[in-house]
Amino acid sequence: MTTAIEVKGINKQFVLRRSRSIKEAFVWLIQGRKGDLSEKFHALKGVDLEVKQGETVALLGFNGSGKSTLLKHISGVMIPDSGTVRTRGRVAGLIEVGAGFHHDLSGRDNVFLNGAILGMTEDQINERFQSIVDFAEIGQFIDTEVKFYSSGMYLRLAFSVAVHTDPEVFLVDEILAVGDEPFQKKCIAKIQELAAEGKTLVVVSHDLDLVSRICSRGVLLDHGEVRFDGPIDDAVTKMRGQ
Amino acid sequence: MTQSNSELVRPGVSGGLADVVRARFLLKLLVRKELKVRYRGSVLGILWSYVKPGVQFVVFYVALGVFLGLEQSPTNKSGLPNYAIYLFSGIVLINFFTEALGNASRSIVGNGGLIKKIYLPRQLFPVASVWVSAVHFFPQLLILLVACLFSGWHPSLLQVAAAVVGFIIVALLATGLGLLFGAANVYFRDSENFVDMLLMVATWASPVMYSWTMVQAKLGEAWFFIYQLNPITVAVETFHYAFWLPTTDGSAGIPPNLLSIWIPVAVVISAAVLLWGQLTFRRLEGRFAQEL
Repeated sequence: MTTAIEVKGINKQFVLRRSRSIKEAFVWLIQGRKGDLSEKFHALKGVDLEVKQGETVALLGFNGSGKSTLLKHISGVMIPDSGTVRTRGRVAGLIEVGAGFHHDLSGRDNVFLNGAILGMTEDQINERFQSIVDFAEIGQFIDTEVKFYSSGMYLRLAFSVAVHTDPEVFLVDEILAVGDEPFQKKCIAKIQELAAEGKTLVVVSHDLDLVSRICSRGVLLDHGEVRFDGPIDDAVTKMRGQ
Repeated sequence: MTQSNSELVRPGVSGGLADVVRARFLLKLLVRKELKVRYRGSVLGILWSYVKPGVQFVVFYVALGVFLGLEQSPTNKSGLPNYAIYLFSGIVLINFFTEALGNASRSIVGNGGLIKKIYLPRQLFPVASVWVSAVHFFPQLLILLVACLFSGWHPSLLQVAAAVVGFIIVALLATGLGLLFGAANVYFRDSENFVDMLLMVATWASPVMYSWTMVQAKLGEAWFFIYQLNPITVAVETFHYAFWLPTTDGSAGIPPNLLSIWIPVAVVISAAVLLWGQLTFRRLEGRFAQEL
């Protein structure tokens, strides 16, 4: 099996800025850079992770354990302070569905805009447009501005665009709570279908029952360090036991 | 099926402005979005792009041309002939610069929600802002051309080419400074206020309202040399050379060595600023997601 994601010893520190004013920075500079202008927060400490192609991995952990930060490093939104992240093929995130939506544009415009943001080409969007609309069950509202959509419609359309991007690696962050129950089931079925097709999935979720249905491997993070890496059931047990 | 022949690559490594060329479909959509969204919910819509410079022009024309006597008339021989054309050709260019740089500086923070969540070439946002401003610029240019034709405009090919170069100088400069201040704005929000101030100065630091000869007369050669180093000054002068000069008897003249020295110098300075902005942007963009 080839490696889809390779994370080697990455560290990430966040700077918790006390102040953003030039005045403070200036005073600090002329005082000879004494002391630390800002506090640091270690979000990831030497994290190693190797994901093979076609694996379905759940990142587990409490709030603030570094799951989303790790996901952002895999997607390239963040760059590690040290260590390397490498990925194979196109990586797309179902990260916070609807981030690229604009309220004043019609559903149609948003499909194109968001599709392009997620890395689709013009031809790909044209080709999959009908499928996107059908999956989202938007129907005739596609030419309405999305600000008039119900929140369910909005999320459905956003999710639909994201799953149609067809990347090699899918990153899924807490978006499985989309829409009403029938649609949620449809989403989960779609994600399972992607996994069955041999796509690599990395899922972040607090819904332990759900991830144990979708994923086969669990990685438990705690305060920026990998605590456990193994079969999903063991990971969930360990998570619950904590 | 998945491709397994591709290499492992590091995500989030930017290829600079080359990425923008690669993502031109997304750039096109971002520009279209901006154009649609800019005047949403307004009755006049894109007409505002004409009304605002139109009113600005009338105010400046009456105040400076008529009251302060910059317009040449039978009673005021020392003024500039065809001052309205002189003024408008400068205003359209400076408006392009003001809008482009102002929006580009705010574009990264303004699109923070997206930049924090999805990786995409971030240079797209400042470039899209400059592009949108260019779209707003061309209708104004059209009005200028109509006004010129009514005033007996007869340009040479060289003059038209000079105007094109003048536009490119401003576009390069606005993109370069937009990348620089857009990136800096993520760390220090003072940046956008600084840009506002800079834009106010830019309007008056180039011969938009007045004539370059006044600067030369008051400041002397040495300071005039420094004045001429400003690429916007040169760009405005190329617009005067292209649009205003051919409507007059040509006696007013243009700054010495405009074509042979100053235009190349301005192109080089603008390109250098673009390079500087680009390098700074690439150095700073790695931490955008956590700083926004």
